[in-house]
Amino acid sequence: MVKKNNARILVFSTEKISDPAIDMAGLLKLYYPSKVYTIAVPCSSAIKPRWILHAFNQGFDGVFIAADGSDCPYGESCTAKTGILVKQTHELMKEKNINPARLKMAAICSVCSESFVKHMKSFNEALQKGK
Amino acid sequence: MSKKIGVYICRCGCNISDYVDVEKVRASAEKEADVVLAKTMVFACADSSQKEIINDIQNGVINSFVIASCSPKLHLPTFQAVAERAGLNKYEYVHANIREQASWAHSDDKEGATAKAVQLVRAAIAKVRFATAIEPIEIQTQQAVLVIGAGVAGMKAATSLAKMGVKVYLIEKEHFIGGRVAQWDVLCLTEETGKDLVTRFYNDVVMDKDITLFTGAELIESSGSKGNFKVKIKITPRYIKDFCEKEKMRRAIEVCPVEVIDDFNFSITKRKAIYHNFPSQYPLVAVIDMKNCTRCGKCEKECDKIDFSQKEKIIEIDVGSILVATGFDPYTPRKGEFGYEEYDNVITLPQFKRLVAINDKELKWNGRQVKTIAYIYCVGSRQLEGENKYCSRYCCSTTICAAIKAGEKFHDLSHFHFTRGIRTYGKQEMFFYEASKQGQVFLQSFEDEPPRVMRKNDRTIVCINDILTNRREIEVDADLVVLVTGMVPRSHGRISEILKLPRGRDRFFNEIHMKLRPVETVIDGVTIAGACQGPQNVVEAINSALSAAIKSYSFVSRDTLQVEPIVAEIDAGLCTWCGACAKACPFDAVTQINLEGKEIASVNMTVCKGCGMCLPVCPVNAIQLKTFSDDEVEKMIGVLAQEL
Repeated sequence: MVKKNNARILVFSTEKISDPAIDMAGLLKLYYPSKVYTIAVPCSSAIKPRWILHAFNQGFDGVFIAADGSDCPYGESCTAKTGILVKQTHELMKEKNINPARLKMAAICSVCSESFVKHMKSFNEALQKGK
Repeated sequence: MSKKIGVYICRCGCNISDYVDVEKVRASAEKEADVVLAKTMVFACADSSQKEIINDIQNGVINSFVIASCSPKLHLPTFQAVAERAGLNKYEYVHANIREQASWAHSDDKEGATAKAVQLVRAAIAKVRFATAIEPIEIQTQQAVLVIGAGVAGMKAATSLAKMGVKVYLIEKEHFIGGRVAQWDVLCLTEETGKDLVTRFYNDVVMDKDITLFTGAELIESSGSKGNFKVKIKITPRYIKDFCEKEKMRRAIEVCPVEVIDDFNFSITKRKAIYHNFPSQYPLVAVIDMKNCTRCGKCEKECDKIDFSQKEKIIEIDVGSILVATGFDPYTPRKGEFGYEEYDNVITLPQFKRLVAINDKELKWNGRQVKTIAYIYCVGSRQLEGENKYCSRYCCSTTICAAIKAGEKFHDLSHFHFTRGIRTYGKQEMFFYEASKQGQVFLQSFEDEPPRVMRKNDRTIVCINDILTNRREIEVDADLVVLVTGMVPRSHGRISEILKLPRGRDRFFNEIHMKLRPVETVIDGVTIAGACQGPQNVVEAINSALSAAIKSYSFVSRDTLQVEPIVAEIDAGLCTWCGACAKACPFDAVTQINLEGKEIASVNMTVCKGCGMCLPVCPVNAIQLKTFSDDEVEKMIGVLAQEL
């Protein structure tokens, strides 16, 4: 049954790295809250801060960036670049009185299904508390 | 042209429809603007369903469509091909993953899974409204393949690829080729030995000028993607030059004072620090195990080809595809598991096979003659608890085959098989028939009441409540207890980590789909073959190697490879050239140009990889990534946020 009080979380996954891990979480039946929605992009350092702000404006409780980390097929600079865009977005969130804790990022490799599920469960709990 | 969207919702047999109310999803999709039809299908990927979609397109009913089914990693190419066959640009189709990310991920919450599937389909519809026709980009491919592992699967794949005209780099971590098969004596189904088979494959490898074999070679780094991988290989030297005289080498080995456990014989014998596993093993040159060598210098006095000055090398290779065939490890029982490492006459199946191979006149273990052998099956496979729940497939056949061969080599042996039901599938059933005819005894127990191994008066007794004789308790006084151990994934090496290859629940490498894409992985351009993928016998490993070779060939067979035209686009009106995008691009795809007197950024479409790193750094939002435009992403976000 749908848990009405679950937080709505938007996940930006990456097509080659973190999205396969999220798929595998499903394959392995590692359950996580069903209000977690994923949009896959090519690389986590391609996410525009305006997309994240748009998600909050539209009613998402949290945004999670399932980043490529050091596994990014496009190069080593991904980790630093994703970190910068998260930092910039946190600043923009503060300006708009949105709690920066509602945006989280973690590196999720292509086999990190369990890690993804743990993040989703803990992020859901944290967001529920903050509601 | 106005959008006429078709939505096809797959039941995936019952994989989706058992947990997601697909009719509810269909009804919701039908209400969306621009949607002209919404259908459910038993299998959207089935030929009949594909034809139905093609008819809908060709009859002008729809001009874009959404497939809601399994992961796009599995069937995106299938439905892109459907679009193309119908004369529609493949980017007029959008995929919604309602299996891995809805029905399976939330099978504990059917209502939640259905609500999520509804939203995912609505988001896909929102995206397809913006879809436009775009043409693919061609890239130059490296017409070479890296094959990792020179066991039978790797060697067969390498020769198969070379015959198709592809340059092959075959690397083997060990200093000798052949993998596990080199360790086996007579193989099931054919009368040849593992050594014979490996020799035959090795000859094919070395005779082919398009194959370069590196032994003692390990993958340490990989970058790039399908069509263009750059890999680094570390090569450990043998410390012995080529063309070493046999007699000199024999003496060099003889005088070596160091003795260590011999892994080739699964620890039942010892070897020297300078060694080869058997005299005719390929490559014929021995190797010095530097971890154990004391540099005493005795071998150098016997053989002038010893060369301690050889250094480790790192080479870089460009390849278009990588084929992984790294094989398996035999399961190692825990201490005390059926008496293993507690009683001195309890050994594993691989140890028994080597014991039979290296003994000549009499079968002896620890100096004592062996007459009665008890085989305990499914050790490390079909376990009730833990990760090894799978059947290792090869063990029943290989054990019975080994028992028959041992009986032919050493007379008056008695064999007692403590099984959980024999699985000698296919032609291998003949071994079971033959063994039964010879009088070998087969006993059986259920998984919850396995045989027990105990000591009585300095003898090792195996006891079973045999379900074939109405649970009668039967005891066998065994000279040797053989634990029929299954296959587990290779524990060493960083290949999984370097190539980012996912592993399944059984911890073997995972294919995309065991029936539809059985040798492909989610890492584009990387294929898998043989027992690294799951338990396989020699025949099955070779079949999968041939299949993986064909698939790898498909990535490198042409000079160019079509890649997705997902590239960045600059809005010349907005761009004021600040250079941030050029700085962010890791591929130097962005340059500064002058357009009608205005300095702006320009993207080289053939160099751009579509990573999108340039997008967030633009201060005036002048860059859009094809199929990931602000309109598309923000509409999807809006739809996902507003639950019905």
